[in-house]
Formats: sequence, C-alpha cells, structure tokens
Amino acid sequence: MVGLAAAFGSGAMTNSIGEFEDADLFLVTGSNTTAQHPLIGSRMINAVEKGAKLLLIDPREIPLARFAGLHLRQNIGTDVAVLNGMMNIIIEEGLLDREYVENRTEGFEALKALVGSYSPRVVEKISGIDRHDLEKAARMYAAADKAMIVYAMGITQHTTGTDNVKSCANLAMLTGHVGRPSTGVNPLRGQNNVQGACDMGALPNVFSGYQSVADAAARKKFEDAWGVSGLDDKPGLTIGAMMTAALRGEVRALYVMGENPMMSDPDSSHIEQALSSLDFLVVQDIFLSETAAKADVVLPAASFAERDGTYTNTERRVQLSRKAVSPPGLARPDWKIICEVSRLSGYPMDYGSTADIMKEINLLTPSYTGITYPRLETSHGLQWPCPNEEHPGTAYLHRDRFSKGRGTFLPCDFRPLAEPPDEEYDFLLTTGRIYFHFHTGTMTRRISTLAREAPEAKIEIHPEDAKQLGIRNNDMVEIASRRGSAKARAEVTTCVPKKVVFSTFHFHEFPINALTNPALDPSAKIPEYKGCAVKVRRCA
Amino acid sequence: MTRTRTVCPFCGCGCSFYLVSEGDRVKGIEPSPQNPVNRGMLCVKGWTAYEFIHSPDRLTVPLVRKQGALVESTWDEALKIVSTRLNDIRTKSGSSALAFLSSAKVTNEENFLFMKMARAAFGTNNVDHCARL
Ligand code: SF4
Repeated sequence: MVGLAAAFGSGAMTNSIGEFEDADLFLVTGSNTTAQHPLIGSRMINAVEKGAKLLLIDPREIPLARFAGLHLRQNIGTDVAVLNGMMNIIIEEGLLDREYVENRTEGFEALKALVGSYSPRVVEKISGIDRHDLEKAARMYAAADKAMIVYAMGITQHTTGTDNVKSCANLAMLTGHVGRPSTGVNPLRGQNNVQGACDMGALPNVFSGYQSVADAAARKKFEDAWGVSGLDDKPGLTIGAMMTAALRGEVRALYVMGENPMMSDPDSSHIEQALSSLDFLVVQDIFLSETAAKADVVLPAASFAERDGTYTNTERRVQLSRKAVSPPGLARPDWKIICEVSRLSGYPMDYGSTADIMKEINLLTPSYTGITYPRLETSHGLQWPCPNEEHPGTAYLHRDRFSKGRGTFLPCDFRPLAEPPDEEYDFLLTTGRIYFHFHTGTMTRRISTLAREAPEAKIEIHPEDAKQLGIRNNDMVEIASRRGSAKARAEVTTCVPKKVVFSTFHFHEFPINALTNPALDPSAKIPEYKGCAVKVRRCA
Repeated sequence: MTRTRTVCPFCGCGCSFYLVSEGDRVKGIEPSPQNPVNRGMLCVKGWTAYEFIHSPDRLTVPLVRKQGALVESTWDEALKIVSTRLNDIRTKSGSSALAFLSSAKVTNEENFLFMKMARAAFGTNNVDHCARL
C-alpha cells in the first residue's frame, strides 16, 4: 500500500464498512468483491438496490457486473491509462473540484500536464475501451457526491501496482472525493489480519505504527522500552529479497510463522530452491503446509479458536477474539512459542497474557494508544487512529487534512505488462480467488461444504478461443509459461475476455504460481500475479 | 455449552461470531448480531469456519528432521534446536543471515512479538509477511 501512503500519508482504507450503504457511487476495480469480501460485496449490492451507481472497471465478467450501471472491460494491465483517461476528461470538461485541489493538495500542474496526453482516443487504443464509455465513466464519477473507490489485489498485483494505486488516489483528489463519510479510497485487505501485521511492524522498514527504523528518535524509543542498544537503522529484506538472498547464500536461516510461501508466492520452483539452499528452516503453523514439509523443525501452533488476541480488519477496526477451546495435543499459541525461542536465545520476554503485550503496543504505537483490552471487552472494536483512552476511534480518515498535511498528486505514465503475449505464448494468464476458498486453501479445503462446492481448480477460457483449440467444457487443459506448467479442467465462459485464461491459487495439486511472473513492482515489491504470457493446449 | 466471541479467520472484513463449544469441542457458530461489520450475517466461509479446527491433519507435536525425515519430538528438544541453530548462524554469518516471515493470519500481539524478536533478540530488520500478496 506504498502508493496510497505516498499520496495521503496513510495506506489504510479511508472509510468504514458501515459507510458503504450511504455511498452514491462505487468505482470498483481489481476487486471481485462478492468472492473475496462477501460481506462488503453485499453492502454494495444493498446500496445499489437503494439507488447507488456501480461503475465497474474489470476485464472479467465478475458477479458484480450484473449490478453495474457501466462496466468497462479494459485490456489486462492498462488500468493506469484508463484512470489517466478519466482524469483527462474531468479536467478538459472542468468537472474537477477546484477548491479542494487548491486548498488540500499539491502537484496539480504536473498531473494536468501528464494526463493531457491521455485523450479518450489514445486510451481507446491502449485499453480497448470505447471512448464514449470512458467519457460516461468520468462524468459519472465526477458528478457523484459521495463516491468510493474500492480496489483489491487486481490493482496491486501488477508490476505497475503502485502506479495503479497512485492513479486511483489522483482521481479521488482531483474530484474532492476523500475525507468525508462514504467518500474515499478503499483498498480491501485480503487476509483477516493483513492490516494488523502491517500496523505491528511486521515489515522490514518500520516498527509498529509505521515508525521508520531509519528515524533515530523512533529507534531510541524502542531501544529504551526493550532494554537493548544499537537497533539496526537500515531497512531489512522484503520477502522476495529474502528468497533471492537465500539462493545466493546470504540468508542462511528462515523462521516462518503461519505462512506458506511455497504456495502463495510467484514462481514457486524458485522459492523451493531458495528454501532448499537454507542451512536452517523453522516453520510454525497449524497444518503441515507445503512449506512446513521442507522445514528442519516444525512447531505446532494454536488456531484462532485456541488463543486470545486482537485482529485489525480492513477498515482499521481492532477486535478482541477470545480462546474458546484448548489447542490439540501439545500445540501452543504463537506468542508463547515466540517468548520461549527468544528466552532460550538469550533475550527473555515475559508476558503473562496477550493483554500484557497489548499494554506494550499501547505504549509504543501512537495510533493504538487508546486501544486497550478493557475497552475492547465491552465494545465491538475500535478503529485506529485512537490516540488516547477517551478517544472513540476514527471512522474515516483525512477529514480536514491528509495524514501528511496536503495530499500529493503523483502522476504516472502507462507502462505495458512486464511479459506481454507473443507468438509462442499467445495467451495472458490472470489469477484470482473464488468465493468458496481462502488463500492457499490450507484451512478452507478441510471444510467439507467448501470442498464440495469447489473441489478442484478450473481454467476459464473464452468460447471462441476454446473452439479454435478444440477445447470443450471440462476437457483437461494444460497451460504453460516460460517458468512452468499446470493442468486443470476447462471452464468455457464469456466471463474472461478473448486471449485470456483465468485461474486460482487455492489448490495445491494445481500450483498456478509455478507459472506466474516474479517480476516485482519496483516500490511495493508485489509480484505480477495478474498477467503473464502462457500457451494453452488440450491434453490428449 | 459455552459461547466465546471470536473473529473470522478468513478475509479482511473481520466478521465477528461466537464459537459454541462443549468442553474442548467447538460445535457451531453464531454470528454476532450487534457487530457493526456483519450485523448477524456471515458468508459461507464464516459459517463453516469452525470445521478445520478439529481436523485430524492438525499438527499436535513438534517435529524435527532426523536422517532426512520429520519425526515427532518434544518442545524441549525442538525449541533448543531452533535457538541453538539461529544463534550459531548469527555468530558465524551475522544477523543479516537470519530472516523472519510473519503472518497476516495471526494476532496483532503475535506480530508485534515476532518483529520484536527479530529486531531486539536477533538484531535484524529482515522481517516481513505475505500481505503484499
Ligand atoms: S464470514 Fe466471510 S465475509 Fe466475514 S470475515 Fe469471514 S470470510 Fe470474510
């Protein structure tokens, strides 16, 4: 969420889930909301039924398309061009919010200059979107009073992911659509505690509350609280860089808690090699995942039902979850395991309970200072920033000013996909999620209802392409990229555009990330899952 | 029957529900009607979220690799191997030879402690999680 933090000063969702119902317009892009965030999807549908407009920008015919007033199906990877095109029209037609731009933002002239070259005709060539539809979309968004931009991994999982996000932020600021109820820019977080993991500083460059490791005052504060000296002032390695460093022999040991990078990361054979080159791999998890199976030591952890603790949802709401049952066998909650490892390694950590840990978080993390266990016990959570114990929490961000002061326009030029189709690899593969499963499937595939509804991976392909390749519904099909191949049954459907195939990464027997491109977005370091060149054939 | 308030372990909506349990067995789920996120509703993943808790595939004992295979072990042995190996590698190759991958599926408290361990106990900023993904 680097792009949003650079524009606004905070990378988090600006609004609350409850505000969805009062919006006048949703611009949804790169989010198959009804599948990935079902409860937010249903809020949007409720709002649309009450008269809100839905503007969908997505190459696929996702379920939300039925509710869309206008659906733009752009060529994969051309989002920046489409958003620049909308801004071009908004400026040309004088639909911008001049007062807002003047009083609350900076960098408008540079934006105006850049989007000037994205006329509807130019954008039509790049994106395949009819210029009249683009004009309609721009006017719809600019005219709405309370407009929410909603996006998820479809926007961020590109080599241009950060540019896509910045362009969304530009569009929202241009029309004054940030800083009011039901009005803002809303990245939907994929997993239940992505927001919390970021907030708590499980990132190479920041402590909790996004306090930079490069900031001497922040280091001093943490050193004093933790009773250590000389905390490292240089940002560490991101997950992708860790894998590369492991291959080079620079990283020798990896400690993985509750993740399965073998399944979730791109170019999985590269990850497998990286893990094999380590001297030592320890994995702490609730199941023997593909990654755990490669470990030197596997530590059995407690599931959500077997531990106390808090989670922060996509709208920055911190909620307390209590222990209902004991962990199976000898399994232990992750926090107790961490304390033990740390103690045995010569740095004792003594906490009697997770409430004790939260007290330390309160002390060291300004946005969480007022979020205490007694308050969480008696409420339905608190939304950060919550700077003191009297503070009610914050439903929407950037009300009178942006977190960083003025919002900054960060204009971006369109860059084509890192790996466009060519003669041999003539299709684009795009990956995503389906309603019935979650992430790499380690939990949901063990739930009988879900496994029954969606027992296996499918490769979606357009009827015209299918016909040309002699593929019928349910035929076994092989897709291959320059990195690997995988087989699954075909689902012939107009949901995907021509020359595009779609599939998911929930199924370990169909390891799609053997194919995907590890080319990274240069600043957010998110891999390009949403478009790589593949060839498709029917299995004999 | 006991009712315990928890948070759905799946997507970022953060729906809240009560786990209904008898002894150490979770029997069912009741969505929280007052919660402002889900207001008594859940999606199919949430309704069935308790099923995997008692899966026979759950890890229940520490495992340690011996002669190429993962074999059952004790906490004492497993934790000792972890701390000794991490410290040995640190002594030999420096803190930057260690890396820590945290998780978007565990609690805030656990993420906080994990990054504290990486930074304060092992002296490295090589800590990240899969949220980019
Ligand atoms: S119940 Fe469904 S919508 Fe709610 S948090 Fe769980 S997975 Fe997400």
